[in-house]
Amino acid sequence: MTTQAEFRTCPTTGLQVHLSAERLIKANAVVAIVFLLIGGLFGLLVALTRWPAVHILPADWFYLALTAHGLDVLIVWIIFFEIAVLYFASAVLLNCRLATPRMGWLAFILMLVGAIIVNVAVLQGGSSVMFTSYVPMQAQPHFYLGIILFAVGALIGCFIFFGTLVIARAERTYEGSIPLVTFGALTAAIIAIFTIASGAIILIPTLLWSLGYVNYIDPLMYKTVWWAMGHSSQQINVSAHVAIWYAIAAMVLGAKPLSEKVSRTAFLFYILFLQLASAHHLLVEPGLSSEWKIFNTSYALYLAVLGSLIHGMTVPGSIEAAQRRRGLTNGMFEWLRKAPWDNPAFSGMFLSLVMFGFLGGISGVVMGTEQLNLIMHNTLYVPGHFHATVVAGTTLAFMAITYLLLPLIFRRELILKGWAKAQPYVFGIGVAGISLFMMGAGTLGVSRRHWDITFADAALTFDYPAAAFLMMGLNGIFAILAAVGGVMFLAVAVGTVFFGRRIGDTEAVEIAAPGVAKTIASYGSEEEIKIPGTVVLVAVFFIAFVLYYFVNWKYLSDVWPLS
Amino acid sequence: MAISPPSERIWWNQPVPRTELVWIIVAFLWGLVMFFMMIYWHAAGEQNLSNEAYRTTPQAFAQKAQEMAEAYTVREEADIPVVHPPPDSDVYLIARLWQWWPILELEKDKNYRLHISSLDWQHGFSLQPVNINLQIHPGYDMVLTVRPTETGEFSVVCNEFCGIGHHNMIGKMYVVE
Ligand code: HEM
Ligand SMILES: [Cu+2]
Ligand SMILES: [Cu+2]
Repeated sequence: MTTQAEFRTCPTTGLQVHLSAERLIKANAVVAIVFLLIGGLFGLLVALTRWPAVHILPADWFYLALTAHGLDVLIVWIIFFEIAVLYFASAVLLNCRLATPRMGWLAFILMLVGAIIVNVAVLQGGSSVMFTSYVPMQAQPHFYLGIILFAVGALIGCFIFFGTLVIARAERTYEGSIPLVTFGALTAAIIAIFTIASGAIILIPTLLWSLGYVNYIDPLMYKTVWWAMGHSSQQINVSAHVAIWYAIAAMVLGAKPLSEKVSRTAFLFYILFLQLASAHHLLVEPGLSSEWKIFNTSYALYLAVLGSLIHGMTVPGSIEAAQRRRGLTNGMFEWLRKAPWDNPAFSGMFLSLVMFGFLGGISGVVMGTEQLNLIMHNTLYVPGHFHATVVAGTTLAFMAITYLLLPLIFRRELILKGWAKAQPYVFGIGVAGISLFMMGAGTLGVSRRHWDITFADAALTFDYPAAAFLMMGLNGIFAILAAVGGVMFLAVAVGTVFFGRRIGDTEAVEIAAPGVAKTIASYGSEEEIKIPGTVVLVAVFFIAFVLYYFVNWKYLSDVWPLS
Repeated sequence: MAISPPSERIWWNQPVPRTELVWIIVAFLWGLVMFFMMIYWHAAGEQNLSNEAYRTTPQAFAQKAQEMAEAYTVREEADIPVVHPPPDSDVYLIARLWQWWPILELEKDKNYRLHISSLDWQHGFSLQPVNINLQIHPGYDMVLTVRPTETGEFSVVCNEFCGIGHHNMIGKMYVVE
């Protein structure tokens, strides 16, 4: 039975904030950021090693660091932060108490212990198998055990989120339907259940195999099920960061979705179609039919992609509509020029949106095309693509919302405001650089997860074109820039948590950009607002997409005929 | 706002703004184009995987490669036989820690049924500088018909991480007139 839940009233929004929920949000977010630091450091070392002129780590350490990098950032950082987002989008936005905070702490401890065990396993050296741990290559048993514990914790977190939605409905803490942002978080949580179930199906037998209780795991079956987890979890990230785009647009600019119906349907497409995308990773695998590959890799008829394309218009569109409503109506782009570019929450969000779409989205669809995958599979094009999605997209969006969570949830005023202003740009440019240069090197055939592209110790050798070496050097330079951006984020976030001025219990903070009215008139679908600027942006995006798509078919047609 | 419940309670009855509707239609049609492009390429394009594959074992596959090498070896390079099998025949390429075996010498504009399999872990077949990339599994004999269209010396880089010698796993392929 719950004891009397304790609340405070947020002086900025008037929401009732459940203190237990707030503590859990803080704990999950802080641990997330710590692992971003650790994982980011490994990433920098990896990038510097792949810069042939620097080549900083020896081979065994390189593969170890790459394994740790993938796990700490892709899994630990992102999922800890997502749990914080789930609690925020349920308890805080719905004005409600969090279901079973005790279980929330259990989830937190399981995840933390799991993350530590995996890191220990990797650092001991016997588990440099990459985060994908493809069989028959084997890691130490506690490597798999750590991941499983972590996943169980995350699963509990999802159920707490669902429980909170149920309580909020039963206790009528809100009127009508749940907010769009909560709906996006709900999408993420539903996908998470599917994801974690797939993970359990494959990792539990793999753990038993590493202990000697199971003697064979089929490598193709492993990959198929592993990616049912691995790819779906990327759709969790997309749902979560799209929800955050909407949240930031709403909080900073008072933006309202153009159409609730369209935006919600777009989220629904993620739930309905993304399970198919495991095929993205199996396009050049033996023994799977082309019918299966085509249907799955395209999420039926590109319907999950359609979801993202819709958000790609409705998010900037809602911002344009809000800005025009404020009177920024001159020309095509006054609304964009006069956006709060010095507010790191906004600039981070907008950069995340643009880079996710232009760099991550387009490259992802191209690479996920059955035949085109032949000229990209396992080259550096792949990490180039996903640094645009999961770093420029998800990570930058999470950083951006942190700038709002610090005053609202941690109740601290930002320190190092100048650094905070510059941070999204420094990090964004750095990440755009690593994405583009890795994609470039991949197009030239450079392999991913490879310690030495000069083949100095090999019996035979091969000379990659000089341009490939240039790309790897530039990748190293931009990796340093991204790392600087990451450190700036950490300095601001951790510094604020510990040293920021405490914000008083009744003191409201200014979240909205100057000039945005506190309460926004009801507008949106019923009175159409023209959004010509967004139409132009979307048109540019679409043309880039179509051109790049067909250019790659041209590249493919130059390759030796295969049948 | 997106962080509060929709102000119109019956939001699902609101009309969809025209701009959005147009974009949804365009984006949906583009999805169809991309979907049918893959099917079209199977009919009209030349770069398609056959998806032909057989279950095999390391012993069985190694033996076939061995037989081919015994019959058609023309010279050796770095202790690896260079094998020149006849066009239209079945040719075998072994991936193993950390070597591609043997070195194939093929003729330009001739077809070969290329079989690739791994004897141990997963490996990645990355033919450079042509840039054809395939995933190689143990236990699966992957078959594809390939027709080299240019002469020269090519390299097979391993692009799936396969342990500490991964970056030294590099093979060769020659294409001659
Ligand atoms: C300072 C920031 C970062 C830098 C410089 C960086 C750099 C790199 C580099 C150079 C690689 C290796 C590519 C290869 O050799 O195959 C890599 C791999 C990877 N990165 Fe990052 N990265 C950064 C941040 C992140 C973040 C924030 C995430 C996730 C949210 C991420 C996810 C990954 C993943 C999943 C891999 C693949 C690991 C594997 O192949 O097993 N990275 N990164
Ligand atoms: Cu290999
Ligand atoms: Cu390898």
